[in-house]
Amino acid sequence: MPAQIRQLRQQIRSVKSTAKITRAQEMIATSRIVKAQAAVAASKPYADQIVSALTALVSHNVGIDHPLLNEQPEDARTAVLIITSDRGFAGGYNANVIREAESLIAKLRAEGKRPVPYVVGNKGVTWYRFRDREMGAQWTGFSDRPTFPDAEAVGRRLAADFLKTDAEGGVGEIHVVYTEFVSMLTQATQVRRLIPLEIEETTVADGAAAPPAYEFEPTAGDVLDLLLPNYIESRIFHMMLQSAASEHAARRRAMKSATDNANELIGVYTRQMNQARQAAITQEISEIVGGADALADSGGE
Amino acid sequence: MATLKVGLVSPEREVWSGEAKMVVAQTIEGQLGIMPGHAPVLGVLLDGSVVKIEPADGGEWVTAMVGSGFFSIAGDEVSVLAEQAELGTEVDVADARRSLDEALSSAGADDGTAERRARARLRAAGSEA
Repeated sequence: MPAQIRQLRQQIRSVKSTAKITRAQEMIATSRIVKAQAAVAASKPYADQIVSALTALVSHNVGIDHPLLNEQPEDARTAVLIITSDRGFAGGYNANVIREAESLIAKLRAEGKRPVPYVVGNKGVTWYRFRDREMGAQWTGFSDRPTFPDAEAVGRRLAADFLKTDAEGGVGEIHVVYTEFVSMLTQATQVRRLIPLEIEETTVADGAAAPPAYEFEPTAGDVLDLLLPNYIESRIFHMMLQSAASEHAARRRAMKSATDNANELIGVYTRQMNQARQAAITQEISEIVGGADALADSGGE
Repeated sequence: MATLKVGLVSPEREVWSGEAKMVVAQTIEGQLGIMPGHAPVLGVLLDGSVVKIEPADGGEWVTAMVGSGFFSIAGDEVSVLAEQAELGTEVDVADARRSLDEALSSAGADDGTAERRARARLRAAGSEA
């Protein structure tokens, strides 16, 4: 019996130390969600302004021509930018992104395209490398706290590859798979086509102000040359920030359930240990009583 | 007197916003002073230049270094969007000098953007280079 008690004590100790680690991870993730959400909010003014500037430019120059706006049906290679995390311990976060990406890749392949993954985050890179699949490019080291220069590097590479042809290793379309932060409890994996951009025809509602008739300095074409890459980089930055916030939220949830499980396990083990200890004591008492009775019976007189 | 509503934003944050009497920005073709009532313009900023803002409350001029970006003027609203933006008061002068030295020593490696940006940081901070 004492052997069993010792074993249970050992197990309780080990579960307790695991619970401490997961609890700490949970708290770290919780504090980072707030920061990640603040970063999303701080990037919003820029994103909004760039959208309105682009809308103004395109609506006054209908039919404006720019390589980044053109469809390239002759290029079969298609880039799929997959945003995953660098570290695990985040529940189904990476698995969801990769599953979504794989179904997109299968769909593109069925359409006769040749999808090439461009991967952000160590987990995605490892996944594709383990399966020995070709990757267009990979970036790691910033998934939980992306900065704009990171997004800029990714955006530049994608835009440059888009402008190349198939033979030069270019691509004809760029899709992104990322995770949208809906709330603390809900994160949704999203699939978007990034380039070529789609120009939507809308009509301005009565009373709403149409974009003003801008003059362009130096010319509309030059402004567009600058605006489009910046727009793409700003979109990628937004998606990375959303993914980072989602990563922290997913990690917080995974770590919370791990801590809860550990605490439950400690309860179960403690009860088992108490039972075993009680049984041992009961046995000892009955042995002593039995021994005394036997002495009294045999000795005597 | 009418004032301009100014927002100076970078992708990571809003650097400065408020009411202003006048904004001076530098485009590829030259300096541009913007006062209330200006016609709508969408222009490209010179990469590595200084934007100056005269606040409406009569305070000191706000200077900021801007990297690649553009500005839009519409109905007395001025938005300056730059991928790199830093207020003059936030510039670390020693760090800016160091990057200027680095840019000068590796001159010819690029088109001088790094040098222009470093100089703009120093100018925004008020120390000539």
